[in-house]
Amino acid sequence: MLGVMSVPLTMLGLLEREPSHGYKLKRDYDAYFGRDRPLPFGQVYATLGRLARDGKVVAGEAEPGAGPERKRYVITETGATELETWLAEPAEPEPHLQTVLFTKVVLALMLGRPAERYLDVQRAAHLARMRALTEVKRSDDLLDVLRADYGLFHLEADLRWIDMTAARLSALAREVHR
Amino acid sequence: MTASLPDAQAHSFIDASDVVKSFGQTPALRGASVTVARGEILAVMGPSGSGKSTLLHCLAGIFTPDDGEISFDGRRLDTLCESDRTKLRRTAFGFVFQFGQLVPELTAADNVALPLLLNRVKRKSAYESAATWLDRLQLHGLGGRRTGELSGGQAQRVAIARALVMGPRVLFADEPTGSLDSLTGETVMDLMVGLARQEGTTVVIVTHEARVAACADREIVVRDGKVFDPRAAGVGR
Repeated sequence: MLGVMSVPLTMLGLLEREPSHGYKLKRDYDAYFGRDRPLPFGQVYATLGRLARDGKVVAGEAEPGAGPERKRYVITETGATELETWLAEPAEPEPHLQTVLFTKVVLALMLGRPAERYLDVQRAAHLARMRALTEVKRSDDLLDVLRADYGLFHLEADLRWIDMTAARLSALAREVHR
Repeated sequence: MTASLPDAQAHSFIDASDVVKSFGQTPALRGASVTVARGEILAVMGPSGSGKSTLLHCLAGIFTPDDGEISFDGRRLDTLCESDRTKLRRTAFGFVFQFGQLVPELTAADNVALPLLLNRVKRKSAYESAATWLDRLQLHGLGGRRTGELSGGQAQRVAIARALVMGPRVLFADEPTGSLDSLTGETVMDLMVGLARQEGTTVVIVTHEARVAACADREIVVRDGKVFDPRAAGVGR
């Protein structure tokens, strides 16, 4: 469901909520963000390995027990900073952003962060892009106008989703904390 | 456009600070603040019932706030007496509403000439100005039609001509394209914004449509009676 770049950041978000084992991390990820496309176990552990290598998470000692080795992963200060930066910065406004925006909103609510503010920031970024495209439309070239229209209508669809989501934040917060 | 504008904080043309307005027990504005620079085109966005139209009515001196201050060009608006506010609205402000609100018994030319006639401009001169403004709104030859004989887009352009004919310093528009299809709405917005820029008119547009807001220099969002200003928050530039 999510782009390749978003999976590690989403996992960092889930780990900021609470330290977790790989198996539980996959289960939570699939429940919130991978309903259409569950995350393969291989990708979970490979991602955790890279996050640990880059100092964004630390793995505890292997815990004894039946079944596969169980390590508990904890987010580090570096990981938390990267997560905060990603959540607070608007995504580059472009068509088909909904998965990233969806993930940011759900994670923000999960972590008690200001989801409404993130949506405001994203709305402002979208409108800035729409203003630039509206300027393009002042060109006499009808092909440029049509291309700008395509971008404008897609950005407008995102904005309608942003507004609907902003109106539903309280209900959504209850849903993710259930 | 925005980059060339003066710093709005230092040279605000319209300045509303902590405006509170309730209707009975229902609060509409709960401490709304906004500044608009001279010549700036500002879009006011927000969900239905958020208070955005109430804010526009307060900025335009139609409503008096219960608390807070509003000034226009350095002069307190909220403390003016009713007759002074009426005079200011008639001479310095122009208005465009969602459904035009033209006088149906009159022709397009009559409607546009009306503000001038009410301000004692001579009839011949008033109708010459009306004809000029109808031409600028691409309504040449339609001055003799009654409003029922005009399309929605044409009627709205007549309403814009009527709003601009007095040379207002501020144009207030409340959902000016809300009743129009996309292409007609775009034409109306292009004309309204283009003419306002030519005339140096400051514009405040209430809209829930992002494409309309994108025609403005910047936007604010009203929610639960308060204003979120992306510029003040340092985003969206």
